[in-house]
Amino acid sequence: MAQNECQIPDTIAIAQGAEVTKEMVDQYNAQSGQMDMDKMWIIMGPQHPFSHGLWTLKICADGEIVTDADPIVGYLHRGWEKEAENRTYPKIIPMADRLCYAASMTYTHLFCMTCEKALGIEVPEKAKYIRIVADEINRLQSHLMWLAAVGTDLGNYTAFLWASREREYWMDMNIRLCGARLTTNYPRIGGVRNDVFDESTRFLRDLYRCCDHFDKSIWELINLIDNNSTFTSRMIGNGIISRERCANLGITGPAARGTGIDYDIRRDDPYDNYDKVDFEVPVLTTGDSYARYMVRMEEMIQSVKIIRQAAKKIEALGEKAPYRLKVPSKIPAGRTFCKLEDPRGESMMYLVSDGSDQPYRLKVRSPIFVNVSSSKDLLEGCRIADVPVIMAMIDMCLGETDR
Amino acid sequence: MAYSSILDWIVYDNPMESPFYPFGDAYNLPYDIAYKLWDIIGGTLAWLVNLILPDTNVGLRISEWLVCTQTNNFFALVLFMVIIFLVAFIAVLISLWEERKVLGRTMDRRGTMIGMWGFLQCVADGFKTFMKDNVQSTRADKMTYIWTASLIIGTSVFIDCLIPLSGRWFVVDYGAGILIVMGLYALAPFLILVSGWAQNNKYSLIGGIRAAEMMISYEVPMLIIIATMCLLNGSFNINDFVNNQYDTVWYIIPGIVGFITFLICSTAESERAPFDLAEAESELVEGWQTEYSGMKWGLIMLADYMRGATSCGMIVILFLGGWTLPFIDLTATGWTTWWPVPELVFLLKAWIVFFIMIMIRVGVGRVRTDSILNLGWKVFMPLAILNLVIVLALKVGGIF
Repeated sequence: MAQNECQIPDTIAIAQGAEVTKEMVDQYNAQSGQMDMDKMWIIMGPQHPFSHGLWTLKICADGEIVTDADPIVGYLHRGWEKEAENRTYPKIIPMADRLCYAASMTYTHLFCMTCEKALGIEVPEKAKYIRIVADEINRLQSHLMWLAAVGTDLGNYTAFLWASREREYWMDMNIRLCGARLTTNYPRIGGVRNDVFDESTRFLRDLYRCCDHFDKSIWELINLIDNNSTFTSRMIGNGIISRERCANLGITGPAARGTGIDYDIRRDDPYDNYDKVDFEVPVLTTGDSYARYMVRMEEMIQSVKIIRQAAKKIEALGEKAPYRLKVPSKIPAGRTFCKLEDPRGESMMYLVSDGSDQPYRLKVRSPIFVNVSSSKDLLEGCRIADVPVIMAMIDMCLGETDR
Repeated sequence: MAYSSILDWIVYDNPMESPFYPFGDAYNLPYDIAYKLWDIIGGTLAWLVNLILPDTNVGLRISEWLVCTQTNNFFALVLFMVIIFLVAFIAVLISLWEERKVLGRTMDRRGTMIGMWGFLQCVADGFKTFMKDNVQSTRADKMTYIWTASLIIGTSVFIDCLIPLSGRWFVVDYGAGILIVMGLYALAPFLILVSGWAQNNKYSLIGGIRAAEMMISYEVPMLIIIATMCLLNGSFNINDFVNNQYDTVWYIIPGIVGFITFLICSTAESERAPFDLAEAESELVEGWQTEYSGMKWGLIMLADYMRGATSCGMIVILFLGGWTLPFIDLTATGWTTWWPVPELVFLLKAWIVFFIMIMIRVGVGRVRTDSILNLGWKVFMPLAILNLVIVLALKVGGIF
């Protein structure tokens, strides 16, 4: 018998009672490297309670210990970048909202900023502050959504519902600002869609109230989670990744700041008026799940601080100040690159314009697409029970990952 | 008292006079009902047969054969079991409602909504699971898959019915009362392991193994505490437990260490949060229950709550004085003749213990397997032995 004729054991014959010879077993072992009967691949997803969205995580488990992990994304690919090439610039704005469901305003903001940079215009001062407020509201929403997900991943529904309740206040702020909860369609190329001084919505008054409320209610959540060893023992010392590995993989955002990378675009390469507000960038060096958790919690407190300052600046500028510029519909030919600090990391857009009213190419760099590639480094050696907690700290958002 | 077989008392004309009569006063009502009903059925049958075969005595013979003491006793027994089951079932439904409502309120939502105060939500959910499709994996070992579920449900219902509600509302009163409850309780880990294997699903397999290793590590301290309390009491009999506690003091006072350990262990034993890692939703979908759907899943959920209610009942019996109150003789007040006062006292105590379990569930996350095993063997085991030492010292010192 030729060597390659018996590569795969004849399973049907074996099932019907054929004898399994030692040669067959040896050959099978030689092919598959080793007989990994003690390890098994567990496929988590796409419909699995741990995967918040449509993605799959394959983990190889030796008993309860994870030895390998392989993320599979792409179930939600809808050709966003190609679709953008066939639309005029203003029509891409509502599409950019659909990139991320938890923080939609940041991507719209990024797209508008890219176009403004290509046009070489400066948006009015008030629009910059309004954008800061809108961005931070979205950051809070996104982080609270993440906290809710962490609650369920840790097996507790109280944290989930309390965080969702706090999120509702910021969703209401979205409604006051632009009338929509999730897909806001608010920033425009050259400013924002509408002013915040509206008697019927009382946006600024309620914004201050919301900040005051959140200053208290965030401590309810911190007391629930940080003072409780059932939560902290699941996070401390789990999913450790080193600073060098993190930088080499290109991880950004809170996940990177948890490992000691002191980098935040808002502070180090400020866009809009982030250089005129005072805030701190939380950085922790331990690199475990708890560090990433702490960074996000501290970021929420800092966001409220930023919102208060920006809202005061808006009030000082007054109702008369312009909030939007008239811009041409065509963007001159050229290449523009722009980046922004998303709640999840560093999102970037690369625009190739050919002088028409449609982009020639619009490339989106999503932070999660890069961050999720670290799952093998994060998960190796941990237990199956810790997989949801560690992956929750990446804060998956499939809309922007698959585009 | 030797209790050889169920047939021993069936042959007695009046089972209350039988030396083997093991039932409480609760048996009187089904006995009367069965007696009257069986009389009516026998008479109707004789009349019907007489219509078909007039001028013979076949009908009379049949009714004489049918309406005798033995059949009447058997019929009364079945009726008695149904009544006991219904009462236990309603008590479990109330604790289920309690959990969902309290959880809802603490989490800032409404909780159950159907019916008065949402009490009928459990009934609606039961109806929903009943109407659901029964999906079965084709690769599963079908026989094992079904009989393990049946046995888990069956043993849970059985132990729930075995818990007496008062000195007059119980199924049987015999020496090994606590042992049989714990024995049936301990069947579940084995069944869950087999069921998880039979389902041919990786999540179920991991969930089953987790359940087995967790429950084994918790049963040992639990049984040591039960043995200790039986030592304090001097008997395995549940009635003796309650009467002795009424005569002396609730056993929570000498056995406070045991009480706390037993409360946490029974939380783990009934797979409630934070020890619900056998059905850890976030990583194992539903753990060993993943492949069960429709009414099977609904009954398994109900069985979980029955086990929880049983643990609360055991805690009330072992530590909290059962259906008695300190310093008050409930039977002397005269209310107990017509009102189920001791039964309600027992159930209220059980619901208060269940409330503690619910509040634990509100505030904690799920614990990992290795920390659970550490906790079971390295913390609760020494605590159980400490409890034993305290009780032995009290016993040797002659205080109890």
